[in-house]
Amino acid sequence: MSRDRTRRDADRIDVRKTYKLYVGGAFPRSESARSYEVTDARGGFLANASLASRKDGRDAVVAARKAFGSWSTRTPYNRGQVVYRIAEVLESRRDQLEREVREATGVNAGGARAEVDQAVDRLVWYAGWADKLAQVVGNANPVAGPYFNLSSPEPTGVVAVMAPASPLLGLVSVVAPVITTGNTCVVVASQPHPLPAITLAEVMATADLPGGVVNVLTGHQGEIAPWLASHLDVDGLDLTGVDDADLARDLEVAAADNLKRVRRPGPEDLAADPRLDRMTRFVETKTVWHPVGT
Amino acid sequence: MLAPMAAPPTAATPSSVAPTDPLGVAGSDASLRRFLHGLPGVDQVGVESRAAGLATRSIKTTAKAYALDLAVSMVDLTTLEGADTPGKVRALSAKAVRPDPTDASCPAAAAVCVYPDLVATAKQALGSSGVKVASVATAFPSGRAALDLKLADVANAVADGADEIDMVIDRGAFLVGDYRRVLDEIVAVREVCARPGGHDAHLKVILETGELATYDNVRRASWLAMTGGADFIKTSTGKVQPAATLPVTLVMLEAVRDFRRATGRMIGVKPAGGIRTTKDAIKYLVTVNEVAGPDWLDPDWFRFGASSLLNDLLLQRQKMRTGHYSGPDHVTLD
Repeated sequence: MSRDRTRRDADRIDVRKTYKLYVGGAFPRSESARSYEVTDARGGFLANASLASRKDGRDAVVAARKAFGSWSTRTPYNRGQVVYRIAEVLESRRDQLEREVREATGVNAGGARAEVDQAVDRLVWYAGWADKLAQVVGNANPVAGPYFNLSSPEPTGVVAVMAPASPLLGLVSVVAPVITTGNTCVVVASQPHPLPAITLAEVMATADLPGGVVNVLTGHQGEIAPWLASHLDVDGLDLTGVDDADLARDLEVAAADNLKRVRRPGPEDLAADPRLDRMTRFVETKTVWHPVGT
Repeated sequence: MLAPMAAPPTAATPSSVAPTDPLGVAGSDASLRRFLHGLPGVDQVGVESRAAGLATRSIKTTAKAYALDLAVSMVDLTTLEGADTPGKVRALSAKAVRPDPTDASCPAAAAVCVYPDLVATAKQALGSSGVKVASVATAFPSGRAALDLKLADVANAVADGADEIDMVIDRGAFLVGDYRRVLDEIVAVREVCARPGGHDAHLKVILETGELATYDNVRRASWLAMTGGADFIKTSTGKVQPAATLPVTLVMLEAVRDFRRATGRMIGVKPAGGIRTTKDAIKYLVTVNEVAGPDWLDPDWFRFGASSLLNDLLLQRQKMRTGHYSGPDHVTLD
């Protein structure tokens, strides 16, 4: 990152960036004070990232729960505007993200550009769905009586998300659908490629997304995930990024205790056009009866 | 800090009769003033750094389990709102008796703290559970009323069966240096707390440290309250910011420690207001142990005036019992 600069200006001291967690709209270090080395695709040192502990997970859930009330009651239209704003800010920082994706995964410049393009487009796609999902999955049900009977999707609550390895597109693909429908989330970023996740957190922090709606933890999935899966204040669990089948099964078992909605991992091409299932997995159908007016 | 003046230290019992002015300093206005202003000054930087140091102690596993149960048993579950209803007081009383209905090993809270007009309701709801009823009185929280009104307020609560009276001192009089007036009020309230045939209501004296401005004043007010016959000294009403802080509580703990050395009489301490998390509560317990000593680690001698603290303690207890994090859906809404 700083190679060119140091060659150009050998006397200047490097200003290296500390990659921290994103919890409740702030960027704290891990409560455990631990960090781990992040390397590029060829094994060279990139940066130190925070190694989150279970207590960071707990704090993140508290932040997500606190943010849920106001985020879930915003109009879907407004949530769509905010998600679109994330896409705008992401677009304006694309150079940085392209570089980070390239360094992390070793893809060429064209591949990195394509990944950022897709990430931005995906945010726009979900932003558009924010105020249209209810029309598609909600319904005015025919009933035998003088009543309106209306079903509409409501956000589930706090969702713990295990992000897939794809550092930017994968992360956007799992986070955007969850927050678009009004949930808040705690994301465990890809362990080998956490840096684009923190940069995306910086994007979200400056894109009118209220603090706590998205909380990003970096570190070992196997260390944090079981605590989130068994946490009684977490309502949903997305296992997309869990590649270890045994761990995935254990997490599903732990999640059963308070009847979390669980999205199981499965073969999935994240680059392909998404379907609605990521949004509909973490909504509850609320049905109300209302007397027909006289 | 203060040289022993009278009897050697002995742990007093909660029921011991409080002698007014055990140090013999209240004979005249001048001697009272000389005594209070002769107390050593508080080193502000020192006390704050000591409190910050004690707050860094890490309490884990079995020690934490002990601290959690102790803290639950020390909570004065408080509701002091204009919107309090008998129903709310009954719900709070039920919670005080069995804070966690899913866990029989969970201790009861120490007391329920209410306004005087709800003492009878609380008393009836708590019955023979052993949980005490505390009532704020003396024109709480400001204390701005004539003395006879304040005493009538106290007499009311005592007549309705309050086990403990939380009175506020006249901060205005204290700040202008009219210590005699403050002392006389405490003594007068103390007399109204007496019940024929024993079972006097215990007297907690609220210093409202947030309005006293300096640690020196906190120390003076503590000694003044103890001289007046307080059974407990309490930091705050909870209606003024800042409420309880760790350094202020530390100064008060030093005062009760030194008072026992000087007179042999043991006084309790109650921080109130602003203590919301288990982490905070454990910091206080560490400070109690290190400053006053383990004798004070008992609900008879140390209390937390709090409401939301209890829920956090229960969540932590559930976490220790089940091995996974609990959530606010698993405790009551107060």
